[in-house]
Amino acid sequence: MTESQPLLSARAVTKVFPGTVALDKVDFTLHAGEVHALLGENGAGKSTLIKCLTGAYRRDSGEIVLDGRAIDPRNTLEAQSFGIGTVYQEVNLLPNLSVAENLYLGHQPTRWGLITGAAMKAGARRTLSQYGLDIDVSRNLEEFSVAVQQVVAIARAVSLSGKVLILDEPTASLDAQEVRLLFDVVRSLKERGLGIVFISHFLDQVFEISDRITVLRNGRLVGTQMAAELDRVNLVNMMLGRELVEETRQSGRTERPDGPPLIRFSNFGRAGKIAPFDLDIRKGEVIGVAGLLGSGRTETAEVLFGVSAHDSGSAVEGEETLPLGTPRNAIAHGFGFCPEDRKSDGIIGDLSVRENIVLALQARLGWTRPVPAREQAAMAEEFIGRLDIRTPNAEKPVGQLSGGNQQKVILARWLATNPRFLILDEPTRGIDVGAHAEIIRLIEELCEQGMALLVISSELDELVAYSHRVIVVRDRHHVAELAGEDITTDNMVAAIAAPEREDA
Amino acid sequence: MSAAGHLLRRIAPQLVTLAATLLLIAIVFPGFFEISIANGRLYGSPIDILNRGAPVALLAIGMTLVIATKGIDLSVGAVMAICGAVAAAAITSGMGLVATLALALGAGLACGLWNGLLVSVLGIQPIVATLILMVAGRGIAQLITEGAILTFSNEGLIFIGSGAFFSVPMPVLIWVLAGALVALVVRRSALGMLIEAIGINRRASTLAGINARVLLIAVYMASGLCAALAGIIAAADIRGADANNAGLWLELDAILAVVIGGTSLLGGRFSILASLIGAMIIQAVNTGILLSGFPPEYNLIIKAAIILVILVMQSPAVRTTLIFLRRDKTSSQSETEPVVQ
Amino acid sequence: MLSKKAWIGACAAASMGFAVSAATAQTIGFSQIGSESGWRAAETTLTHQEAEKRGIDLKFADAQQKQENQIKALRSFIAQGVDAILLAPVVATGWDSVLEEAQEAEIPVVLLDRMVDSSKDLYLTAVGSDLVHEGNVAGKWLVDATDGEACNIVELQGTTGSSPAIDRKKGFEDAIAGHDNLEIIRSQTGDFTRTKGKEVMESFLKAEDGGKNICALYAHNDDMAVGAIQAIKEAGLKPGEDILVVSIDAVPDIFKAMAAGEANATVELTPNMAGPAFDALAAYMKDGTMPPKFIQTESKLFTPDDDPMAVYEEKKDLGY
Repeated sequence: MTESQPLLSARAVTKVFPGTVALDKVDFTLHAGEVHALLGENGAGKSTLIKCLTGAYRRDSGEIVLDGRAIDPRNTLEAQSFGIGTVYQEVNLLPNLSVAENLYLGHQPTRWGLITGAAMKAGARRTLSQYGLDIDVSRNLEEFSVAVQQVVAIARAVSLSGKVLILDEPTASLDAQEVRLLFDVVRSLKERGLGIVFISHFLDQVFEISDRITVLRNGRLVGTQMAAELDRVNLVNMMLGRELVEETRQSGRTERPDGPPLIRFSNFGRAGKIAPFDLDIRKGEVIGVAGLLGSGRTETAEVLFGVSAHDSGSAVEGEETLPLGTPRNAIAHGFGFCPEDRKSDGIIGDLSVRENIVLALQARLGWTRPVPAREQAAMAEEFIGRLDIRTPNAEKPVGQLSGGNQQKVILARWLATNPRFLILDEPTRGIDVGAHAEIIRLIEELCEQGMALLVISSELDELVAYSHRVIVVRDRHHVAELAGEDITTDNMVAAIAAPEREDA
Repeated sequence: MSAAGHLLRRIAPQLVTLAATLLLIAIVFPGFFEISIANGRLYGSPIDILNRGAPVALLAIGMTLVIATKGIDLSVGAVMAICGAVAAAAITSGMGLVATLALALGAGLACGLWNGLLVSVLGIQPIVATLILMVAGRGIAQLITEGAILTFSNEGLIFIGSGAFFSVPMPVLIWVLAGALVALVVRRSALGMLIEAIGINRRASTLAGINARVLLIAVYMASGLCAALAGIIAAADIRGADANNAGLWLELDAILAVVIGGTSLLGGRFSILASLIGAMIIQAVNTGILLSGFPPEYNLIIKAAIILVILVMQSPAVRTTLIFLRRDKTSSQSETEPVVQ
Repeated sequence: MLSKKAWIGACAAASMGFAVSAATAQTIGFSQIGSESGWRAAETTLTHQEAEKRGIDLKFADAQQKQENQIKALRSFIAQGVDAILLAPVVATGWDSVLEEAQEAEIPVVLLDRMVDSSKDLYLTAVGSDLVHEGNVAGKWLVDATDGEACNIVELQGTTGSSPAIDRKKGFEDAIAGHDNLEIIRSQTGDFTRTKGKEVMESFLKAEDGGKNICALYAHNDDMAVGAIQAIKEAGLKPGEDILVVSIDAVPDIFKAMAAGEANATVELTPNMAGPAFDALAAYMKDGTMPPKFIQTESKLFTPDDDPMAVYEEKKDLGY
């Protein structure tokens, strides 16, 4: 890794979407013969950066230099012809064509205008043997495991581009054996002098394969470090670091409300989603949930709310066991849930702000008891004012609002049902700074009014700011619970970064 | 803007299209708008449009609700045949009129329940789920009539197809009342909003606590009930149940009526009134062709050409262009403002 | 309806009886298309009746509109060694090889109602109706009925492009050609259905001055005529008097209308194709008499003078 000319370098790349800055002057360099990991939480800007590099998006400013030559790919095909190939988690090849056809699709060897099947098969066998694969290339791709399909995709990408290979979450659906196979391929390509960008949220794999690590957060570059010089704690710190500049609190809130628990979840869990956990919630308490992407934090929320029904344990209120199998049941018992993916799970895009706010209350009342039009209007106006929702009027389709305002509309939807227990999954992701602060203020305000809240966030400072307790989730287990003074970013990072569980 | 203003704005394209179609017919056939009273009932070509359009109008009511949930019901034509056959078989076997009607409407509800269960509980795609009954339904109807036209002479049942109430033909009365009733129910209760919500984003709706499963079954049952009414009218009109031909291809006309009415096949916002106007536009085209006296070989071509023009006029591309042109002149307020009824 | 089943049951029982008692009884296989229309059902019923009348053991196979089923049925008849085969073919093509197999087995085949595109040597004869002739009979009746008086005709055609629609139109037009008092002023398709017949007639009435311009209706089938009669009545006119009604097929319901004075004439498309077929077969088997290659059934004209209620009673249980 000399400071010679890098293979690929991006300088001050910026990409703006309506309402958010997805990439803010991000620098990135990749050397030949290097595996460079790109890390960050959802919305950090990883995929936006990749899409700018491969031409899937046109960047708004900044420059990309490949082999000393400035490039401006207009689409992925052009990026490919420059030498940049991409392989995605879900292999985008054609499962019902043969392995050989997939390798050669679009540039089949021909003689006098006819595709020569024999030459194609021989070539395919030769190519794959370089990757240590000896398979029948005339069989359909779908007959092979995902790992083999990944390698075929990599072989195709390398044969088409040959300079830079971007692997976007390639190991997400592979088992340990298959990961080893894939990493062998990656190492051999590295020796051949390719530059490889590796995206993953499995930290162990990142440390195993990478030479350097670049971390993005909220569209900005946090830093680039040699993998060997970085430890897990520092890495998690970089990924989930400090965001709120004005925040001064160093540890969590100590005035935890006492009194009997409102609802006591015991041994609550669902196989394959989240291991059984115990949790009791009290009125006026904020419980934070910390963990990396894919750790089981969203699954915790979904099992609590009945999105995926729990298959072990029970929820008890006083003496009564609550039947919590579906969202409807949960709502009937005073639960509310703002999901992480607002677009697909939260808003009803074509319905108005007013209708989106009234929706959960109306669903609970049933269709025969409509909320009168005047009440709906009043309710919408009230929440638009109280939460400062920026919309020209209550009849605007919610899909046309910015992310932060959509989030407030969903919050308003639940507040309208006057819930006892509100679950917020990443309520501040992907929204502008102003809305961010308002939502945090609102969390504290609701808690003071006696509502119980469970807030999932990858912004650890935020959790410190409002949590009475923090649950740390790792590998789909609740691994630690911090309370009061113990709630510090350092403690959370330490719990998150602890080595992989032995029993996992 | 007032509620009435919103409504008028929503259905304006359909009203303009209907007016244009009627004017076109009047040019080809000058006596078109003459209406008189003959035999104690309104008589004239416009009445024929309202009367002959009854089956498609009724089907369009149910189809609108189904399409609003991002579904589609291909079986309505076959359900018409089944319910007509059930009515004819019941009345000829000596059952009373009320029992006959109850049985036929019950058959429609049962068909809707079947579709609804396939779509909502088993999660089969609506187009496939309802295709099953579309194919099998006509066979079921033929089993009931034993392959022949099952005729009846019960005056009460016949009255539903060709009688008149205060000079208004019964089919017209039935579809207008059914349309008004359903429109009123969905808009005065919360049904309309809940249906639109599951059509736009079913997952988010479920997370907000909407019982999407029950609601889906309900809309398919409503569609079945509308098809049953249409089937009874079609059978009563010719005093017999024709299992082979009753409601044949009408599911496509009903879908077309909904589309002309401006409800997206992708679900969401709907207007029953606009769909009903859509049904009348289709029937106006049909009746117009018959009145024009062109040779029958041209029927389908003329119909296709007119509908092509209507759909092109309503297409997003053309609409945007028209709005753009209008804005150039007046620079009026935003056209993307949502429509609320 | 129920009686149809009863008939089939009775026939089956009767033929089984014959098979046991009279070893000399002929066995004839009948491959029917299916039961897509009332006329087809009546044809099936009548074939059973005609067979029973002659003491023939009829083996019946319903193909449910599928040629493959018919070919299977024919092969099975051949294997059973029947004396003859009646075939109402669902399509015209694709029969060569199975007909050759029958010929090799020396089993004569008679086509009913529809023709095939095979060599004429491969079947004994075909029994059927002449569609052009049917239209012609209807036209001649109208020529006689109007007797030189001016008469505007509206025509309800069958499904556009179908051969009955084309041929019945042609036959009718041939019959009224040269009679300047007769003119077809409107012609539209009613798709052979009652609903469309009624709807199209309604528009004819509106378009022709409330029906005052119309003197006669010619419908390509009785179903459309029955629908049109209702439309005429609802427009306040008397079908059969204000507007003459002539149609083709002679299904039971048109005789009811005729008895009520609402229809004037119908031309029978007889469902009794089996009678002439059995007669031709009997002659052929007795002394080798070769029948003509096409036996045209009678296109009989029925008018109110033919005691329509009696005809109705006779026909109503045939399964129409």
